[in-house]
Amino acid sequence: MTTTIQFKNIHKSYRVGGRDIPALSGIDLTINPGEIFGMIGHSGAGKSTLVRLINLLERPTGGELLIDGADITRFDNDALRALRRRIGMIFQHFNLLSSKTVADNVAFPLRLAGKKSRAETDARVAELLARVGLSEHASKYPSQLSGGQKQRVGIARALATEPKILLCDEATSALDPQTTQSVLRLLAEINRELGLTIVLITHEMDVIRTICDRVAVLDGGKVVEHGPVADVFLHPKHITTKRFVQESEHVDENEQDDDFAHVPGRIIRLTFRGEATYEPVLGKVARDCGVDFSILAGRIDRIKDTPYGQLTLALTGGDVDAALARFESEGLTVEALRDA
Amino acid sequence: MLETLLPNVDWIDLWQACHDTFSMLGWSLLFTLVLGLPLGVLLFLTGKRQLLSQPVVYGLLSFVVNVLRSVPFVILLIVMIPLTTLITGTSFGVAGVVPPLVVGATPFFARLVETALREVDRGIIEATQAMGATTRQIVFGALLPEALPGILAAATVTAITLVSYSAMSGLVGGGGLGDLAVRNGYQRFQTDVMIVTVILLLVLVQALQMAGDRLVTHFSRK
Repeated sequence: MTTTIQFKNIHKSYRVGGRDIPALSGIDLTINPGEIFGMIGHSGAGKSTLVRLINLLERPTGGELLIDGADITRFDNDALRALRRRIGMIFQHFNLLSSKTVADNVAFPLRLAGKKSRAETDARVAELLARVGLSEHASKYPSQLSGGQKQRVGIARALATEPKILLCDEATSALDPQTTQSVLRLLAEINRELGLTIVLITHEMDVIRTICDRVAVLDGGKVVEHGPVADVFLHPKHITTKRFVQESEHVDENEQDDDFAHVPGRIIRLTFRGEATYEPVLGKVARDCGVDFSILAGRIDRIKDTPYGQLTLALTGGDVDAALARFESEGLTVEALRDA
Repeated sequence: MLETLLPNVDWIDLWQACHDTFSMLGWSLLFTLVLGLPLGVLLFLTGKRQLLSQPVVYGLLSFVVNVLRSVPFVILLIVMIPLTTLITGTSFGVAGVVPPLVVGATPFFARLVETALREVDRGIIEATQAMGATTRQIVFGALLPEALPGILAAATVTAITLVSYSAMSGLVGGGGLGDLAVRNGYQRFQTDVMIVTVILLLVLVQALQMAGDRLVTHFSRK
């Protein structure tokens, strides 16, 4: 049940007109069993190539790709097909067979594997459709369904052969925000109940924030930053990561700096995480150290199941240094944005 | 009444011509579909960036198809006489016309099949591959069912093309409605025969197109 995916110095380049164009260079990543791992990047960053390496729809041109310790790039055709049956995949445009009913689409991977009797297949299909909430649509054709329903069929189909890994290729990018949330909830539920490892790629920060445990940020075919989602997105280091965070929060840092120019005092950013988010730390410290604060900007939200708060404050009067030390000893993160 | 209006129409001849046309169309369509479908699939699979991409094989097949398609049917009919005799034992009558019809229409149909298969969303092929399907399973389980409406439309166009090709069968004594129109209607200036045969051909083409369209609609799920 433990399925670790390891990328070891993976390279991928495409031959275009006699020249090698690199798509991925030197990827080193480990995806742990049972986690939801997100890969975020703009189009052309190499994320859809990266996710396709895991079931070898794309072959790496260098490096090793280990699943459960075995280098899958050395698999022969039979082993590769067996591997692919253990890896489900869903797509941005669903890729359902328009000529088959919903039930037949879900049964398709089982028929390809050819291991189940007709009765067993029917039972499994009914069970899967019930899981994704589409039992009453079994005999419809995909063209009669909404986008969200189509993706649910895609998920049921991907789960048919009881895979250990589920790959999601921009699975919610063609859906409206509400439908996106319901599909993400379904994915999180599957991850929890079946212990499935989910690898998803997206260009939407909200998707990462809603369900991922860890994230890798891709830019120009390289992983520029990776780690637990909260670490990466509360304290982004790379410019690409910072841009993603700003885009999703609708904040323009330069504009903000201009706005704060006339505000007196030291400007800091405080980050609370977990239970600390709900503690009355700010008021206590202000009272004890005699500092005044004004809140310039801030948000309180959740990353997956962790609440967090991030406030931009201007501090004046009293013992500001002592206040900063107190914040840190209370377990908050302090970043200085501007000295007095 | 009919005799005064259509003085030159010999109803027995006309019946025989209908029979010949149906017989030529039926046999040649059958063989064209049976041979053209695999050829079209092969063209598709060996094509650029496809499942069994084989540039040399594709180039060769494509060249042969183009050569056969560029030969006017009348010439094919004459050039093939020795081969036709070898296959059917005669180069005369309906049996003498079916082989050239098949050779003329198969490359045409194969190209249409190739085009219909290319219309299938690549994402569907990718999804099927990702399920661990073999190439055979991809072709029979996903590609052909998805392209079925396109293939049926291609078969309809091919059937109608065969009807018009078969009009030239008179050159080798093949008979049929087209031949009757040429021999009696045109060469003997029997306008009434011409009109009757052309109307019958029109009805046949119309019927084929309507039947084809119905099948396409029936199998379309988009």
